[in-house]
Amino acid sequence: MLRYALLRIFGAIPTLLLVIALAFLMVHAAPGGPFDAERVLPPEIEENIARAYHLDESLPQQFIRYLGGLVRGDFGPSYRYRDYSVSELIGNALPVSMQLGVLAMLLAIVAGVAAGLTAALSKNSFIDRLVTGIAMTGISVPVFVVAPVMVLVFAVYLQWLPASWTGGTSISRLILPVVALALPQIAYIARLTRASMIGVLSSDYVRTARSQGLRTISIIRYHALKPAMLPLLSYMGPAIAGILTGSVVVEEIFGIPGIGQFFIRGALNRDYTLVLGIVIFYATLLILLNLVVDLLYGILDPRIRGR
Amino acid sequence: MNYLAAIKPLIRKSRDNKTIVVCSSILLLIAAVALIGPLLSPHHYASTDFENPLMLPSASGWHLFGTDDLGRDLFVRTLLGVKITLFVAIIASCVSLGIGVAYGAIAGYVGGTVDAVMMRAVDALYAMPFIFFVILLMVVFERNFLLIFVAIGAINWLDMARIVRGQTLSLKQREFVDAARLIGVSTPGIILRHITPNLLGVVVVYMTLTIPQAILVESFLSFLGLGVQEPQTSLGALVNGGVSNMEGAPWLLLIPSIVLAVILLCFNFLGDGLRDVTDPKKKT
Repeated sequence: MLRYALLRIFGAIPTLLLVIALAFLMVHAAPGGPFDAERVLPPEIEENIARAYHLDESLPQQFIRYLGGLVRGDFGPSYRYRDYSVSELIGNALPVSMQLGVLAMLLAIVAGVAAGLTAALSKNSFIDRLVTGIAMTGISVPVFVVAPVMVLVFAVYLQWLPASWTGGTSISRLILPVVALALPQIAYIARLTRASMIGVLSSDYVRTARSQGLRTISIIRYHALKPAMLPLLSYMGPAIAGILTGSVVVEEIFGIPGIGQFFIRGALNRDYTLVLGIVIFYATLLILLNLVVDLLYGILDPRIRGR
Repeated sequence: MNYLAAIKPLIRKSRDNKTIVVCSSILLLIAAVALIGPLLSPHHYASTDFENPLMLPSASGWHLFGTDDLGRDLFVRTLLGVKITLFVAIIASCVSLGIGVAYGAIAGYVGGTVDAVMMRAVDALYAMPFIFFVILLMVVFERNFLLIFVAIGAINWLDMARIVRGQTLSLKQREFVDAARLIGVSTPGIILRHITPNLLGVVVVYMTLTIPQAILVESFLSFLGLGVQEPQTSLGALVNGGVSNMEGAPWLLLIPSIVLAVILLCFNFLGDGLRDVTDPKKKT
C-alpha cells in the first residue's frame, strides 16, 4: 500500500507542474501586455513598471518566480481589482464556494445512491423506468437551464425561496443553488449506482448467498453494497470537476460572491492574473482530490494496488 | 473491408429500435426547421424593432415565439441558435473523433510501454478542468469560432480514445490483421486500412454521445458570454438573454431552454439506443 501511495503521489506532481506551465504559457502568449490599454507613458516609466512586475525577465525566469510565489500561496496581484492580490480574492471567496460545493456533493451522493438503489432493486418496474427517465433528463438538461427555471418557479411564481444570495436567510438562500448544482450529479450517480448494483446482483456470489436463504436486505447490506459502490468512487473525480464547473454558472445566476463569480468577472474583464490563478487553483484542487480518491480506491480495493 | 460495409448492420438493427427512430426523426425535423424556417419568416435575426420589444408569441406579425428586449424575432433567433449550436457541436465532435481514433488506435495497436504511457496520460487528463483552460484561452486570445471548435474537440476526445483502444486491442488478435502483417503491410497501413474501418460502428455510436457534450460546452461558454458574439447567437446565449428578462417575459427563457433540452435529450437517448443495439451483451 505504501508503494502504491508513493507512486500515486509522485505521479500527481508532474501533472500539476504541467498544468501550471500550460496555463502560464497560455497567458504569456497573449498579444499585448497588461498595461497597454492605459495612456501612453514615457518609455523610461514603462521600463520601470515592467521591471517592478518583472516583465523584463525571460519567460523561464518569470515562470520560476511565479512557481516560487505559488509555493508560498502567492498568485501575484490582480490586474483589475486594484487593492487586492489574487490570493486575497480567492481566499475571501473560498468559504462561500466551498460551502456550496460540499453541500451539493453530499446531496448528490445521498440522493443519487438512494435513487439508483431503488431503481436497481425494482429493475424494469415503473419506478425503475421513472428513475432512469428522470436521470436521463438530469444529465441532458444543463445547470444554466435548470437554475433559471427553478428561480422562475420557486422564487418568482411561488415565492417560497429567495431568488438571489442577498435576499434570504443563510439557509433559505442556499437551497436553490445547492439543488441546482447537485441535480446533474444526482442523475449521473443514480445511473451509475443502478448499473453497478444490477451487475453485482446478477453475480455468482449473490446467487449463492440467495440460495443459502439470506434475506434480500442482508444480501445488499453485507454482500452487494460495497462492491457496487466502487465504480461510484472512481466517478468522484469527474463529479468534483462537474461541481466546480457548475458552481461557476450557479454563482453567476444567483449572484453568489464565490470563486466562480470572480472567475467569470475576471474572464470578461481580461484580468489575466486572476483567471490564471483561479485555473491553477481549480486544477490543483482537482488533482489533490483525485489523489485522495485514488488512495481511497487503493485502500478499499486491494486488487488495484498490485498494478 | 470498406467503410460502408461496416455501418450497414448498424443501420439495419437501428430501424427496429423505437427510441432510435423517434429521436433521430425529432433531431432531423429540428435541423430541417432550423435550415428552412428563417427563409420563410419575414424577420431577420439581427433586425431590431424598438416599437415592439418583449412581445408575447403570436401568429399576427409572424412573431411565433415573440420578440426579445430589442424587438428581435425570437423564432428566427432560436433557429439561428439551433443552427450554430449544432454546427459547432458537429465540427467539434469531428475534431475529437479524429484525435480520439488516432490516439486510441495507435495506443491499442502498438501496445506495450507506448500504450501504458499513452493511457496513463489519458487517465491523468481525465479529471482535468479543461473547460477552465478553454475559458483561459478565450480570455487570452480573441474569441473566435475556430478556437471554440478546436477547444471543445480537444476536451472530448478522451472517452473516444479509451473506447477505440479497447476495440483495437481485440481487433489486433483477429486473423485478417495477422494475414495483413504476414504479407508485409506496414503498421500505419494496417491501422489505416484494416483497424479503423472496423472501428466505425463503435465510433458512430460514441459520436452521438460526444455531440451532446460538445453542445453543453458550447452553450455553457455562450451562456457566460464567452462564446458566440452578438448579433449571432446560440442556444446558450439565448438562455442567458432570457434570464435577464425572465420575470416580465418568461418565454424568452423557456423557449430556448426547451429547445436545447429536447435536442440534448434526443442525442443522449439516441446514443444510448445505438449503444444498446451494438452491444452484443445487451440482448434484451
